[in-house]
Amino acid sequence: MAKNLVEVNNVKKYFPIHKGLLNRVVGNVKAVDDVSLTIREGETFGLVGESGCGKSTLGRVILRLQSATEGSVKINGRDVHSLSNRDLNKMREEMQIIFQDPFGSLNPRFLVKDVIGEPLKIHTKMSAKEIDERVVELMKMVGLDPTRRNRYPHEFSGGQRQRIGIARAIALKPKFIVADEAVSALDVSVQSQVINLLMRLQKEMGLTFLFIAHGLNVVRHISDRVGVMYLGKMVEVGETESLYASPLHPYTAALLSAIPLPSPTKKRNRIVLQGDVPSPANPPSGCRFHTRCPFAQEKCSQVEPKLVEVLPGREVACHFPIGVEGGSDLSKLQ
Amino acid sequence: MAEKLLEVRNLTTGFLTEKGFVKATDRISINIEKGKTLCLVGESGSGKSVTSLSIMRLIDYAGGVILEGNINFKGQDLAAKKQEELKEIRGNQISMIFQDPMSALNPVFTVGEQIAESLRLHQNKNKDEAWKEAVELLRMVGIPSPEIRAKQYPNQLSGGMCQRVVIAIALAAKPELLIADEPTTALDVTVQAQILELLQDLKEKLGTSILLITHDMGVAAEMADHIAVMYAGAIVEQGTVEEIFANPSHPYTVGLLQSIPGFEGERGGELYTIKGTIPGLGNLPQGCRFNPRCPHVMDKCRQVEPGDIQIGAEHKTKCWLYEDQAKVAAAGKGEHIHG
Ligand SMILES: Nc1ncnc2c1ncn2[C@@H]1O[C@H](COP(=O)(O)OP(=O)(O)OP(=O)(O)O)[C@@H](O)[C@H]1O
Ligand SMILES: Nc1ncnc2c1ncn2[C@@H]1O[C@H](COP(=O)(O)OP(=O)(O)OP(=O)(O)O)[C@@H](O)[C@H]1O
Ligand code: SF4
Ligand code: SF4
Ligand SMILES: [Mg+2]
Ligand SMILES: [Mg+2]
Repeated sequence: MAKNLVEVNNVKKYFPIHKGLLNRVVGNVKAVDDVSLTIREGETFGLVGESGCGKSTLGRVILRLQSATEGSVKINGRDVHSLSNRDLNKMREEMQIIFQDPFGSLNPRFLVKDVIGEPLKIHTKMSAKEIDERVVELMKMVGLDPTRRNRYPHEFSGGQRQRIGIARAIALKPKFIVADEAVSALDVSVQSQVINLLMRLQKEMGLTFLFIAHGLNVVRHISDRVGVMYLGKMVEVGETESLYASPLHPYTAALLSAIPLPSPTKKRNRIVLQGDVPSPANPPSGCRFHTRCPFAQEKCSQVEPKLVEVLPGREVACHFPIGVEGGSDLSKLQ
Repeated sequence: MAEKLLEVRNLTTGFLTEKGFVKATDRISINIEKGKTLCLVGESGSGKSVTSLSIMRLIDYAGGVILEGNINFKGQDLAAKKQEELKEIRGNQISMIFQDPMSALNPVFTVGEQIAESLRLHQNKNKDEAWKEAVELLRMVGIPSPEIRAKQYPNQLSGGMCQRVVIAIALAAKPELLIADEPTTALDVTVQAQILELLQDLKEKLGTSILLITHDMGVAAEMADHIAVMYAGAIVEQGTVEEIFANPSHPYTVGLLQSIPGFEGERGGELYTIKGTIPGLGNLPQGCRFNPRCPHVMDKCRQVEPGDIQIGAEHKTKCWLYEDQAKVAAAGKGEHIHG
């Protein structure tokens, strides 16, 4: 089995809530609350969950674009959050991020060749000519016409701009890339081009991806394993196909049942979630999903379920996982 | 035949650009029946938003000009009306949910005030009633703790919540026609499911007709009675939702459906892609506008533009591959009601 490239242990990220004239801290938004996960070398780990559940925050903390409140992140055996600035800079070459917004995340005053070449300028001692040659090579790799490198990003379409962001992210031959909603803003025909590109680059360069997205079909297509978050917690982790075919956590089941099918004749039995989405500043006791879970029992509001392996390659944080002996029964809902 | 609420004929809208006058929509013809949903799908930049803004005649304010065509709404031609006359119809009988929710909200009023204002304007409600109903509408669109949220300003809500506020405002008028431009693209699937259900409800209970713009074929399959597929300014195929999904005919529609990663079956393989990119405005190729990207292109396609070819009861496609099946010849002929 491939070795673990990324090891996240009990990471918490709290954002203080300030109030009043004295700016006193009156509470915390628990954006990520005690999350552990491992990503194997060369795999794509998909991360899904409701808007605001902490996916982007987790991605940023893993790359130390934000500090962690607690916990540790190891990449390639090194503790990212205790590196000196110099070592961190060195490490930055190995890990990159691709953002959602192909429009906002590129500096509009930079020519495309400068956008792509910037990391080379910062992190290497390459000459201007060498950088230019590498930019041409990178643009070819991502399917962009290198003769257009002296243009500005706004002269490119959405899909092309996303490719510019990808070319920049792979410029330093990183090992690990966090793709945060990297294809979400693109329409299907452009989206499929960019997904193919990411998968091809992964094969060619041996890349490891943390792929954050709300497009569940896209996540299924690209990911080897998938993690599901709810209100700052990882509630389920599993091998992609079996997780999609038979979700263990009631929230995963609800999420998957909400995907619209591209067929007018087939309809899914949708699990409609009741109740409000709770605030991450004041999460419910016990299992955080108990206020909306159709299977909640008394224990759920009292005892917090831990993420444990209940089937080979399948972890879940639920007292009564679906389809497991003594667990919940989906067919009782319909 | 069901009663038609909206009948758009040969709608052509253009913009003045540095390249001269360019057409963003090219002789669009669509119908929406009472209580039915038409989904407009297609690649980014194909003209979906321009079409909807033209129907609302808001395109006048975006620098666009309607060059040709009629927009018949309940027997009146909106294309021929003055802006003052349209104010009565807009927001009352037709309302619109915009693609960008943030720009549709006023940052200096609370969201509750904005919904209540709309209710007072269009339904003559008094202040208290309007406020109560505003809170109810917020609850209806799935906003948690609506009493508290109603008193907040747009910047205190997340993007998804703002989108739901915009939807609530559009629903406040109980319109006969609701135009929704990508209303759920920014939302996650569970919230999306809630909103779609809400729109279905509206359609069933109030008989509202919906023009829904989306590029998610899953959403279209779920919501649509009819589908119109747009490419580079033209409707290249249209039909009932069953016809389009069971028998997609135009090579662009086929490519669009093939590009979607599935929920079941094989994963991780290479996804189908339509090679190339959509041509920019004013750069349309000669002949069929899809020909530089079409896997079935023939000589004729590079020279002559195909018109609508009827291939099913309500199913039309603009593609020379179906020439032999043609029962009705090129679009426009015989039904040119333009005067
Ligand atoms: N800098 C910050 N200060 C305060 N709160 C923050 C900050 N960044 C994120 N949050 C809060 O942390 C929570 C998690 O946010 P995050 O952006 O990680 O969610 P997400 O899962 O990526 O959502 P989405 O799917 O909408 O992108 C949210 O409640 C958000 O409001
Ligand atoms: N105010 C304007 N001035 C000039 N050109 C415009 C204007 N508004 C839109 N266009 C152009 O008209 C074409 C169609 O745009 P439209 O916004 O209708 O696309 P769309 O199908 O809604 O795409 P998307 O899925 O990205 O929203 C595009 O090429 C666009 O650049
Ligand atoms: S622990 Fe209880 S409330 Fe939480 S998901 Fe499982 S069954 Fe539902
Ligand atoms: S007319 Fe020709 S180029 Fe156009 S879609 Fe049909 S086969 Fe392709
Ligand atoms: Mg995010
Ligand atoms: Mg649009």
